[in-house]
Amino acid sequence: MIQQTSPEIGGMGHSVKRKEDRRFLLGKGNYVDDIHLPHMVYGQLVRSPFAHALIKSVNTEAAMRVPGVLAVITGEDLAKAGLAWMPTLFFDKQMVLATGKVLFQSQEVAFVVAETRFAAADAAELVEVDYEELPVLVDPHHALDADAPILRPDREEKSNHIFHWEVGDRAATAKAFEKAPVRTEVTAVFQRCHPAPLETCGCVADFNTATERLTVWLTSQAPHAHRTLFALVGGIPENNIRVISPDIGGGFGNKVPIYPGYVCAVVASLKLGRPVKWVETRSENLQSTGFARDYHMRAEIASESDGTVKALRVQTLADHGAFNAAAQPTKFPAGLFSICTGSYKFPNAFCEVDGVYTNKAPGGIAYRCSFRVTEASYLIERAMDVLAYQLNTDPAELRLKNFIRPDEFPYETPLGWSYDSGNYAAAMNKALEIAGYRELRKEQEEKRRRGELMGIGLSSFTEVVGAGPAHTFDIAGLKMFDSCEIRIHPTGKAIARLGTKSQGQGHETTFPQIIAQELGIPVSDITLEEGDTDTAPYGLGTYASRSTPVAGGATSVASRKIREKARKIAAHLLEVSEEDLEWEPGKFFVKGAPSKAKTIQEIAFAAYTNIPPGMEAGLEAVDYYDPPNLTFPFGTYICVVDIDKGTGEIKVRRFIAVDDCGNIINPMIVEGQIHGGLAEGLGIAFMQLISYDESGNVQGGNFMDYLLPTAVETPYWETDKTCTPSPHHPIGAKGVGESPNVGSPAAFVNAVVDALSHLGVRHIDMPIASWKVWQILKEKGVAA
Amino acid sequence: MIPASFEYLRPGSLNEAIAMLSEHGDEAKILSGGQSLIPMMKFRLSRPACLIDINRIPNLDYIKEEDGYLKIGGLTRETALEHSDLIRSRFPILHDTSFVIADVQVRNLATVGGNLAHGDPANDHPATMLALDAEIVATGPQGERIIPIKDFFVAIFTTALRPEEILTEIRIPMNGSRRGGAYLKVERKVGDYATAGVAVQVTLNDRGDVQRAGIGLTNVGPTPIKATGAEGALAGKQLTDEGIAEAARRASEEAQPSSDLRGPAEYKTALVQELTRRALYRAWERAKK
Ligand SMILES: Cc1cc2nc3c(=O)[nH]c(=O)nc-3n(C[C@H](O)[C@H](O)[C@H](O)COP(=O)(O)OP(=O)(O)OC[C@H]3O[C@@H](n4cnc5c(N)ncnc54)[C@H](O)[C@@H]3O)c2cc1C
Repeated sequence: MIQQTSPEIGGMGHSVKRKEDRRFLLGKGNYVDDIHLPHMVYGQLVRSPFAHALIKSVNTEAAMRVPGVLAVITGEDLAKAGLAWMPTLFFDKQMVLATGKVLFQSQEVAFVVAETRFAAADAAELVEVDYEELPVLVDPHHALDADAPILRPDREEKSNHIFHWEVGDRAATAKAFEKAPVRTEVTAVFQRCHPAPLETCGCVADFNTATERLTVWLTSQAPHAHRTLFALVGGIPENNIRVISPDIGGGFGNKVPIYPGYVCAVVASLKLGRPVKWVETRSENLQSTGFARDYHMRAEIASESDGTVKALRVQTLADHGAFNAAAQPTKFPAGLFSICTGSYKFPNAFCEVDGVYTNKAPGGIAYRCSFRVTEASYLIERAMDVLAYQLNTDPAELRLKNFIRPDEFPYETPLGWSYDSGNYAAAMNKALEIAGYRELRKEQEEKRRRGELMGIGLSSFTEVVGAGPAHTFDIAGLKMFDSCEIRIHPTGKAIARLGTKSQGQGHETTFPQIIAQELGIPVSDITLEEGDTDTAPYGLGTYASRSTPVAGGATSVASRKIREKARKIAAHLLEVSEEDLEWEPGKFFVKGAPSKAKTIQEIAFAAYTNIPPGMEAGLEAVDYYDPPNLTFPFGTYICVVDIDKGTGEIKVRRFIAVDDCGNIINPMIVEGQIHGGLAEGLGIAFMQLISYDESGNVQGGNFMDYLLPTAVETPYWETDKTCTPSPHHPIGAKGVGESPNVGSPAAFVNAVVDALSHLGVRHIDMPIASWKVWQILKEKGVAA
Repeated sequence: MIPASFEYLRPGSLNEAIAMLSEHGDEAKILSGGQSLIPMMKFRLSRPACLIDINRIPNLDYIKEEDGYLKIGGLTRETALEHSDLIRSRFPILHDTSFVIADVQVRNLATVGGNLAHGDPANDHPATMLALDAEIVATGPQGERIIPIKDFFVAIFTTALRPEEILTEIRIPMNGSRRGGAYLKVERKVGDYATAGVAVQVTLNDRGDVQRAGIGLTNVGPTPIKATGAEGALAGKQLTDEGIAEAARRASEEAQPSSDLRGPAEYKTALVQELTRRALYRAWERAKK
């Protein structure tokens, strides 16, 4: 158990108000677009109107004549510098500016730089590109057809196939299926959606011709890794690059990749010797930057007649668009999708994934999830419901029957994970109780008799977060540790710097709370800085719910290093031996004589003024934390919906979320994270889709059609928790930011399917728009 | 999102504005709330050479009862309808409508006049005004002229307004005491344009027969649609379940929706039927009060 500190100290478990909010509420945040430098100029990308076309010529003359235009950079210009292509974060390369041909609508073709944004926008329209349209490949299921156009002749392999990946025991799983009396399956698409952070992507690149240093203010979730990549790809010495992530307005995985606009801004600044700002519009963000999901999945479950599951088999087709721009650990082409056995005890499992190219925007990023965990969780939670219907069993009972039991942890899954801890039944029972599950089922029965439609959906997800242990996890070769450096000032105040980067998660509050917990320094006395590669220790950044599991571990360990030095100083000050000292948050005191004590503030002062002989001055520590394992948060979500038979409209009447993320640092922030993720999940389940027509024109490429739910659409979230600490994490925390996005889509969909299950409905693909429900009702002859 | 360059003019009076319009012809666009025009300019779908901002013209922002009409000034904001007691008590249909248009921020700027003048079949007020048999007052170099609303919507984004005319007032007849109306809209989320919307206004005579019925449809055709067949099915008769069902069926036949991201055409047709039915019951309720 975590020892409770006083409210003044504000350690773990206190709902300390977010320190960062004051500046945001006062409009004093400092985002990339707030950066204004002397002599700064503006970039604007010219984008392709076609999904697949040869570029016959690019004529920049008219654009260059617009007053204020300084340069128009084309793909051919970049090719001369060897920069027309750049590596993606996953063994592929991507065009910075197109040469030869374009591969998706809105692809980057030229970069206009001008004295003002207005001149740049006007000139971009005047760049004349002569295209010759090519056959377009939209449907990933046809990517491997013999007559499919080969999209990437630049690759050695003349095929649209990117990778095949499989895990588990194919033969044993097949055998289990042969023997099993019950087999069920579901085919489900996790549609292409987009993180759509409130702040779009952008940068200010400033190459100083005198110092030859490049400073880039960047919307980056991983500033250190980005610096290294800029150095490796751009050939600039790494000491001459400074990446600064200022305030970031939401990332959700969208700000992990490096985008062509960043590279163009850097190239333009090198060329012009002036700072270049490039900030994309909302449409550009939705149409060209990292999308998420687009997994076309099939799951089969084999079980006993009593519902005991015996085997899981999963086949998936992954649509990566024109380039495989997934940002994920190099050993995992399909991310951590193999978490697809979920919370259940499958003795056998096999999972295979094939990735293909299509004429769509590149990506496959982890939208608020640890690399494909959301897809996996959605699939298994859907499949369990389908099995329940087939067996005519209650979906809650089926889950309870198959949960991994608390005494079975650490639990080795058939697909290679070692779950750290869990108590799935406890979370589920709590959720069932809050929901009043039995009464809800009774109500549903009564309503069905009256012809009314009501559904109850469950999702008992298990997440995998906190990548990750150095032996298995790296991104582009960089091991996925993270770091914290703490300096205690003479007056007992402190500054901490981390390798992560908050995008709204509240790091400036939660990480000081960890330090407050470990050292007893009041949280208000601790400043936290992230995002400046010149000052912060190296780390891999914030995504995949890894900040608390990894950098949180570093923060805790660094604090403990300081506490050990503080003990030595206290012993010196109190003239006792170290063993005679006892710690309570904020002070060391002599065993048995609590009045003989030195506070951490007194000790800090002594570290600079009264240093024990032979000891180094100062009170600082740094830790690079390599987590021994990932952490596995879990929970049960229950959704209750009512359906309007006349219009097909779905009303989410209630949503109960019981989360278990281990020990909690700040309950208020955790709850806020859950609210936000559930709202996103609702958007995904009911509203969001980036689709393409047969010509490859993007649909849903702006906020008129890519819909973000508001307070009006979202229900009151009934949140609660259980607490099963991670046994291997220094403070027993697991990470929570992603759970609600990972766990909720299945709950929403399961609720709608449940409302229609008596009509024989087993699955509806997301987003479940009203018209889809109406079509089903009409088909079944029950539309009003 | 940067519009093409344009000239910006700000007249201080109606006459000055009309003079400017006459001078610039169809090169110019009137700017009122800007909530439709500016997005189109930012997407560069609209490139007026000149914007004539009418927001400083005095005395165009009012809601009043006069000469048997409800009169709404050309510059009246949506939000004013939402908060007007006169509208709330006498024209709940208009309150219904404003309330489902866009969101609060948009409604604070958007004008009822602009909502009509834009000629967008996706806008909500056209259907309401069709149901209410409103009249549009257009003011141009020759003075005022009255355009009945049924003649106002000519084609998509095209109205009967001439380039040198300004929509200065909307007039809604207030005859009959037992009146009731309702506007119902299905949207994908708050702030979205209608997947389909139906406006209904009925006036009952002393016997409780339908003296007149007005029905307007939103976003189910190239222009806002006045469902005259459905109106005809109701006129002169008692309101009954069968009559309402028949009118709803006819309204759905008058809709000409196309399939898009909001749903397939057959869904929208079905929505028109269902919403007409529901709106008629609500209007009936209100008329009986
Ligand atoms: C996010 C968003 C969501 C929206 N959702 C909805 C919705 O759900 N339902 C809905 O009905 N509307 C919706 N709208 C549109 C909005 O409600 C306004 O009604 C609409 O923008 C027109 O009003 P305006 O005053 O802003 O006109 P403007 O944008 O200023 O003008 C629109 C057009 O009308 C012309 N015009 C304007 N005033 C006059 C006049 N007095 N005389 C002659 N011509 C004139 C202009 O020249 C221009 O062509 C939405 C807008 C936004 C931005």
